Amino acid sequence: MNLFKISMANLREKKLNSFLSALLLTLGIGMISLLLLLNKQLDEQFKRNLKGIDMVVGAKGSPLQVILSSIYQIDAPTGNIPLAEVNALRKNPFVKTVIPLSIGDNYQGFRILGTTPKYIEHFNVKLAEGHLYNASMEVTIGSKVARDSKLKIGDQFSGSHGLDSEGEKHEDKKYKVVGIFKSSGTVVDQLIVTRLSSVWDIHEHSEGGKTPEVAEVEHSDGPSHVDPEPDEEGKDVTSALIQFRNPMGLITIPRQINDNTSMQAALPSIEINRLFSLLGVGIETLRTLALIIISIAGVSVFISLYNSLKDRKYEMALMLSMGATRTRLFLMLLIEGLSLAVIGFFAGIIASRVGLWVFSNAAEDDFHYSLGQFALQPEEIYLFFGAIAIGIVAAALPSLGIYRLNISRTLAEE
Amino acid sequence: MISSNQLRFSYSTQKKFTFPDIHCNDQETLLILGQSGRGKTTLLHLLALLLKPESGDIVIAGKSIKNLTPQEVTATRAKHIGIIYQRPHFVSSLSVMDNILLSNYLANQKEDRRKARELAEQLGFADHLSKKTNQLSQGEQQRVSIARSLMNNPNIILADEPTSNLDDDNCQRVIQLLKKQSAQIGASLVVVTHDQRLKDEFSNQVFL
Repeated sequence: MNLFKISMANLREKKLNSFLSALLLTLGIGMISLLLLLNKQLDEQFKRNLKGIDMVVGAKGSPLQVILSSIYQIDAPTGNIPLAEVNALRKNPFVKTVIPLSIGDNYQGFRILGTTPKYIEHFNVKLAEGHLYNASMEVTIGSKVARDSKLKIGDQFSGSHGLDSEGEKHEDKKYKVVGIFKSSGTVVDQLIVTRLSSVWDIHEHSEGGKTPEVAEVEHSDGPSHVDPEPDEEGKDVTSALIQFRNPMGLITIPRQINDNTSMQAALPSIEINRLFSLLGVGIETLRTLALIIISIAGVSVFISLYNSLKDRKYEMALMLSMGATRTRLFLMLLIEGLSLAVIGFFAGIIASRVGLWVFSNAAEDDFHYSLGQFALQPEEIYLFFGAIAIGIVAAALPSLGIYRLNISRTLAEE
Repeated sequence: MISSNQLRFSYSTQKKFTFPDIHCNDQETLLILGQSGRGKTTLLHLLALLLKPESGDIVIAGKSIKNLTPQEVTATRAKHIGIIYQRPHFVSSLSVMDNILLSNYLANQKEDRRKARELAEQLGFADHLSKKTNQLSQGEQQRVSIARSLMNNPNIILADEPTSNLDDDNCQRVIQLLKKQSAQIGASLVVVTHDQRLKDEFSNQVFL
């Protein structure tokens, strides 16, 4: 016999009341915990892919769309821009790197991205097997693409036009897998990367006469540009990722581009902040809702203990007459509230993981992003103490009545 | 052994009680008879140290309760006094067995399962030990509360109307068990009641 055992027996005796209190706490804690997990992982995903990219140029349109399509590969591109204009940016002394991107096809929903080797260098992705594409129509695929599409080195496949797998197939030209990247947690995991020229070659037929294989010529327009960059008169790309040499570029270049070229410049930091402040409203609302639910859980523990205490007044007087101290009974009631809080907390943490798992599956289907971090967050430790505090307060308030209980009168009343 | 000396108690200026002195040695029995409103329960609560007398003294197991701190009062009650209430009440979430063991636990004594089982057998509810108390009949419940009051081998057993809710058969049975059990542990048995059926069972009687 101990206090804990009696408390547990009391909770079991009022199964539905206990269940309701624990359920409300589970809901509240689960929501907050899920928000913490989502917020953190979205933030990480966004930041990781954003790193080192100071500016994105693309066709005129929504700057957010340019960022989402070029960096995160989740929205449709705004249109095409001439490669000549992109390459002209290299001459700007503030510009460090220019990485042209060409998007337009997919394989089983995974985007086929034509780009230069700088792109791979930028994300610092290593090869797991095979080698990096070097001829036109050779591709190196991301780890998630390899896993989900079951493509292996040496496999050939034809891409579908557009960005969803329903598009018309380019049956006549097949890509060949020559390498698979290691998983890096970046957007590269879900991409099929190839040369810019592959994308042009694929779409040649629609543009007319087939031009000879684009040769990547070593440029000599500046000693800093060591990587071979294609420069083809009349060719288009979708967008380009730009790195500046110093922050001064940020002040002058976007304006120049917007004013003097057919392209527009989008600054990822600004656009992503805007996106997050838009999302933030929703997250804030959910968080408030979760806090309200947790408060209701506290009230529910309070009411449930208050009522049961009224019913058990005689029991309390009886135990006092049998030698129990008031502090001991107070502790017993406190344990009841605390147990509910602890149960609610852990059930909530588990529920949030289940929620994340469901959400992650949905995100994976729609955007190929996965959110697979189920570890306990440091904020959840605070959440634990918060739940404990609510349990203690909600149990202590009604239980203080123990100290005012008149044993003799209570025993004589019934 | 329990005795009282010139006990007085008042709930208000209109409602004052003066009680006759009582005395009950170890192994003896005492019946306190009185109609409703004569302060039977008040006297019992005074004797059980649940109420503090306005004046007068009570001696329990040879010790006066005057000048005891509230903690000492609680400890004395837990150790020396077994109380049986008119309506048997229990901690409803616990089993019959745990309710009996509760008196050990709350008096900080070692839990004596063997004794609990022995008592249950003697009092005839050994089959019900794992049940909840509200699954038992009134007579059975009263017998469980007798077992509970005996668990700490008290010096005094106080019973408040132990038979008033019972039929004649159960009344006889309960009172015989009470007498037998208190004699076994050498305790004083004090029964407070208005139940005239008990008149012939006790030689020592006090009228309120």
